[in-house]
Amino acid sequence: MSTLTAEELSATTLLRFATAGSVDDGKSTLVGRLLHDSKSILTDQLEAVERVSASRGQDTPDLALLTDGLRAEREQGITIDVAYRYFATLKRRFILADTPGHVQYTRNMVTGASTAELTVILVDARNGVVEQTRRHAAIAALLRVPHVVLAVNKMDLVEYRETVFAAIAEEFTAYASELGVPEVTAIPISALAGDNVVDPSANMDWYGGPTFLEHLETVPVSHDLAHCHARLPVQYVIRPQTAEHPDYRGYAGQIAAGTFRVGEAVTVLPSGRTSTISGIDLLGEPVDAAWTTQSVTVLLADDVDISRGDLIVPTKDAPPITQDVEATVCHVADQPLTVGHRVLIKHGTRTVKAIVKDIPSRLTLDDLSLHPHPGQLVANDIGRVKIRTAVPLPVDSYADSRRTGSFILIDPADGTTLTAGMVGESFASPVPVKDESDDDGWDF
Amino acid sequence: MTTTVATAKEGTAGPYALSHLDALESEAVHIFREVAGEFENPVILFSGGKDSIVMLHLALKAFAPAAIPFSLLHVDTGHNFPDVLEYRDRVVAAHGLRLHVASVQDYIDSGVLKERPDGTRNPLQTLPLTEKIQSEKFDAVFGGGRRDEEKARAKERVFSLRDEFSQWDPRRQRPELWNLYNGRHAPGEHVRVFPLSNWTELDVWQYIAREGIELPEIYFAHEREVFRRGGMWLTAGEWGGPKDGESVEKRLVRYRTVGDMSCTGAVDSDAVTLDDVIAEIAASRLTERGATRADDKMSEAAMEDRKREGYF
Repeated sequence: MSTLTAEELSATTLLRFATAGSVDDGKSTLVGRLLHDSKSILTDQLEAVERVSASRGQDTPDLALLTDGLRAEREQGITIDVAYRYFATLKRRFILADTPGHVQYTRNMVTGASTAELTVILVDARNGVVEQTRRHAAIAALLRVPHVVLAVNKMDLVEYRETVFAAIAEEFTAYASELGVPEVTAIPISALAGDNVVDPSANMDWYGGPTFLEHLETVPVSHDLAHCHARLPVQYVIRPQTAEHPDYRGYAGQIAAGTFRVGEAVTVLPSGRTSTISGIDLLGEPVDAAWTTQSVTVLLADDVDISRGDLIVPTKDAPPITQDVEATVCHVADQPLTVGHRVLIKHGTRTVKAIVKDIPSRLTLDDLSLHPHPGQLVANDIGRVKIRTAVPLPVDSYADSRRTGSFILIDPADGTTLTAGMVGESFASPVPVKDESDDDGWDF
Repeated sequence: MTTTVATAKEGTAGPYALSHLDALESEAVHIFREVAGEFENPVILFSGGKDSIVMLHLALKAFAPAAIPFSLLHVDTGHNFPDVLEYRDRVVAAHGLRLHVASVQDYIDSGVLKERPDGTRNPLQTLPLTEKIQSEKFDAVFGGGRRDEEKARAKERVFSLRDEFSQWDPRRQRPELWNLYNGRHAPGEHVRVFPLSNWTELDVWQYIAREGIELPEIYFAHEREVFRRGGMWLTAGEWGGPKDGESVEKRLVRYRTVGDMSCTGAVDSDAVTLDDVIAEIAASRLTERGATRADDKMSEAAMEDRKREGYF
């Protein structure tokens, strides 16, 4: 590694991925092995783990101590919250959202998966696809994580038999396809023995695919996001008002999806005013085009009134504008979400008042059945929600755009993040639940 | 056999894929702009160390060609490296920035804080920092903390809410979903913001090299009078070292982190260029903090405990 130049090292790409954890499936061992075999655990960290393990009378270093960083976690031997870990190979940098496997799994997995391009679902080869596996697959589908890896772990405990792996992979792939998961890669591994994690396994010569790490290193990132509907949420208006730049007025933001080009006709939402892109600055340097997820500053040919919260889109490809947002949500707060709840909705760079009009259904993740009109959603619940917003919002379907199709609900009283939302139809409601509430009569 | 529905075989970097440094840079700029758009009175903690220097560089790019809409805050322990103070003042002047200083020495002189027997002033920074945040009514405070530094920091949010006592409660953190950061806070509360959360030490150095960012000289190998304490090379000076039984020697060293002189150790090194430094870090088997910070070795959860009290 030390022979590479700074330029070569920085040309690598970044993959964000998440682990779907459940207890005893070997997740910590897999994470530990990835970190260890990619030489991301350094001597002083390992020594600290060895020291603490020894002081507790344990024979072998407890690798979970590497990941359980908080006093309460170490004292209780549990993982409280999502932690982010970093490791690198010569080919790629990785950000791992390490999600705990205890009872609060749903909100933690949603948190980890929201920024992930790949989710790893671990299965114990002896048990095969279980309820928890289906739950993980459902959340990965709901969050539309582009790549799903089924890691069939503990192959050493089933004599590395191909038939065991094939049956599990087949069952899972069929289930995942039904949910709309776009891509499943199944890999037989033993995290403990190291088979197919970093190095190919000598015990499974029937397997011709990549090792787990090889797959992480080669799976495509950023897909065809650059070809999606172009969206630029305006974060901040840059106006130097200096002698050098008396008239500079730039609209700064991170491109949420698609590509923008100089000369392109654009519309500003929600006002609907139109103009043409006269320039794009990529952090101080003018460019002809920019794409997701670059942070840019866009200049327009006309003097249009634009402020934070507006959305710049191609005139020929604008999203619908609505005050009635229907979405699938995951409730992440301890206080429940109820019909009639007055909330704030943060969508892109805009935060506006809203009211929960209806909760048509709650999803049972175990069998994907719908419970109609539950009245409220409590922590870790997934459900359908109808929200009326105080001003019209330009929303995409989450299926089209993870960035402009997502939102959070915030409690206006104490600022708590209540709910994660994904706009539009979902796998979870193939048959729409009949809405019996009256649309009229809301006095906002 | 393979049951793969679809696999990626060929190269990974399509025409629209960002390099990992571009992706990290874009994310950090997004964070700076969110704070500029949502807060009244943000401030950047600036120590003159490499992480805060990178933060400042990112902020300059985020708002170019306009000026940075934030002021800077330095918590001055009174035991600073002179090169670093000189660097700080030069940067502040060059960019026309406003610098606030919270001085640990002032607190000691007035009797509010007591010098510790071990001479380290790192834990003493918390009170001057938090009181300055209150008195200046800063509502967002940028820190250069990275999650790769330490296991408690791996749990830290990008937007981290602090109560009126600046305390961090890891059990009451807000989930962070997509890039929808929630900056809501009550009067008296503030939000600590960490734009470099997802960067590693190596990323920081690669970015410094790519962008040609100037650093204080102590980051590069130089001859220095040091003495051994707690397994580290500390710089001799008025802050209280060497003591009896500790002998000063001249060594070729550099610093991996910059903090209070009393607890920041130098490492043996002959790295004089950025490329040398990057090669050295890529090959190092010690973490940055493990190699050079005495204060993190005080207990298993030293960082968590300090963060709970309001440390950044």
